[in-house]
Amino acid sequence: MSDRVALRKIYGQSLLTLGEMYPNIVVLDADISKSTSTCDFAKKFPERFFNFGVAEQNMLGVAAGLAASGKIPLVNTYSIFASLKACEQIRTSIAYPKLNVKIVATHGGLDVGKDGVTHQAIEDIAIMRAIPNMVVIAPADEVSVRRLLKAVIDYKGPVFLRYGRSPVPRVYKEDQDIEIGKALIIRDGSDVTFIAIGVMVNIALKAAKLMAKEGISARIVDMHTIKPLDEEILLKSAEETKAIVTAEDHTVNGGLGGAVAEWLGEHYPIPIERIGLKDTFGESGLSEDLFKHYHFTEKDFVEVAKRVIKRKQGR
Amino acid sequence: MKGFSVAQRWDLVRHLQNKANVIRRDIVKMIYKADSGHPGGALSAADIVAVLYFHVMHIDPKNPKWEDRDRFILSKGHSCPVVYSALSRLGYFPREKLWTSRDVGSILQGHPDMRKTPGIDMTTGSLGHGLSAGVGMAIAGKLDQKSYGVFVMLGDGEMQEGQVWEAAMSASHYKLDNLIAIVDYNKLQVDGFVDRVMSIEPLVDKWRAFGWHTMVIDGHNIEEIMDAFQKIGTIYGSPSVIIAHTIKGKGVSFMENQVEWHCKTPTAEQMKQVMKNLVGEDDEL
Repeated sequence: MSDRVALRKIYGQSLLTLGEMYPNIVVLDADISKSTSTCDFAKKFPERFFNFGVAEQNMLGVAAGLAASGKIPLVNTYSIFASLKACEQIRTSIAYPKLNVKIVATHGGLDVGKDGVTHQAIEDIAIMRAIPNMVVIAPADEVSVRRLLKAVIDYKGPVFLRYGRSPVPRVYKEDQDIEIGKALIIRDGSDVTFIAIGVMVNIALKAAKLMAKEGISARIVDMHTIKPLDEEILLKSAEETKAIVTAEDHTVNGGLGGAVAEWLGEHYPIPIERIGLKDTFGESGLSEDLFKHYHFTEKDFVEVAKRVIKRKQGR
Repeated sequence: MKGFSVAQRWDLVRHLQNKANVIRRDIVKMIYKADSGHPGGALSAADIVAVLYFHVMHIDPKNPKWEDRDRFILSKGHSCPVVYSALSRLGYFPREKLWTSRDVGSILQGHPDMRKTPGIDMTTGSLGHGLSAGVGMAIAGKLDQKSYGVFVMLGDGEMQEGQVWEAAMSASHYKLDNLIAIVDYNKLQVDGFVDRVMSIEPLVDKWRAFGWHTMVIDGHNIEEIMDAFQKIGTIYGSPSVIIAHTIKGKGVSFMENQVEWHCKTPTAEQMKQVMKNLVGEDDEL
């Protein structure tokens, strides 16, 4: 269970099978097919692979035209270029007419290798979440990618699927069912709930184990679909643990933490703390070093959880 | 035109001129009734749109989503009254709907909406987007071995958008000879003459350098427009662009070449003048 694998590799492998299952799939890339792992699809299905060079706005616009003609385009690039450089193309040409385009964005968050701020998409979830008709997904591990990718292709409408660059450990058993919009309680607990996405799910798991040694019971929810948010599991966890910690490799403004805080504020106001970037850019460095620097380690998680539990008790 | 006698051809030209005229009447009336809209660029495009919708394109108003239909994308989406008129006159939706355009609940939005308006093939309105969507439709046509053509009309000011050239590059790279761009070159944009705001010349050389087959025509000469589309049908291996020299506000004397008519509503008095200027076969108002 501890073998690490990069989710983009799993995505690239999955495409080979899905390409056979779905003759309407076409794959688009912008000169980084080795990095996005679409290069193997390109070899196997050259007639259904289109490279658009370093021109992301056109690529997203072309995807709209392909979808309007019955194709299922999977558009691949780094999340920073999808969500920001081609943001308006996504918003107006894809999301507004609800075209069946799947944007698969790698290198989300600080986890981009040592390339630094220009390549770190720390606002992508917030931006995509603000666009009507858009579904936003951040899978935690390889099983999530396989299950959710199939679901994303079966779903009719625009989807933004985002993950980081580095290999991540496995969270789920191979036969785990994962559906769009249905969060998963992957560890039960009663004192506090971690609501996490992506690589943060695994860090929350480690934190929960540390806390258990101190007699603190932490629940963990994998909110892999940030939009639409699973309000049912959110309410249940809020009612049952009365304290929430969100965790994302993203700014705390407007992403998962923003979404959960908005919902709790309106429906069930309880203490919440948000782990993520606090309105700051990142910098160059290996993701494990950056995660330490920006307080994304399991020890930081424990500290934040204790703080929110204290706030709950002080009420 | 093969198979046409001189008399038949003349009848067809007159028929299309009439269509362009009634479209122009609809455009101004639509904008007058909505008290909002962009007459100048819609009027400059009317002759080309009339030839496309009433002569060139294979379409079926009873089956707007027909898979084999030719596609039209109005990348200069603000000129949509010109297309709304053509669609209504072809029977895609009742003519009365024209007078609801830009109102809450209307099927005719301020800019084209493929989900609300039967016959609109692509949602547009943000300049620069349309040619990319056309590239996507043209690739899909090649993949599905369909013979449909994809027509994309762009504005001259729109040539300033970088995405247009990204799309142009990709269209010739993928040898999309089923993609036809038309530039409505009316020489004016919101802030004034295109040449003064941000020159786009040499425009023909630019398209040629991007690997496109180019043609230059008078965009108000019905016969030249018809001939251009016919010739393009014989071009293989590269996309084609028609640079159509036009007059902004064409057909309404006081709007012609006047930059303020990019986006402006005529008064009731001016409407009378418009109807005198534009005598069409259909005089119903």
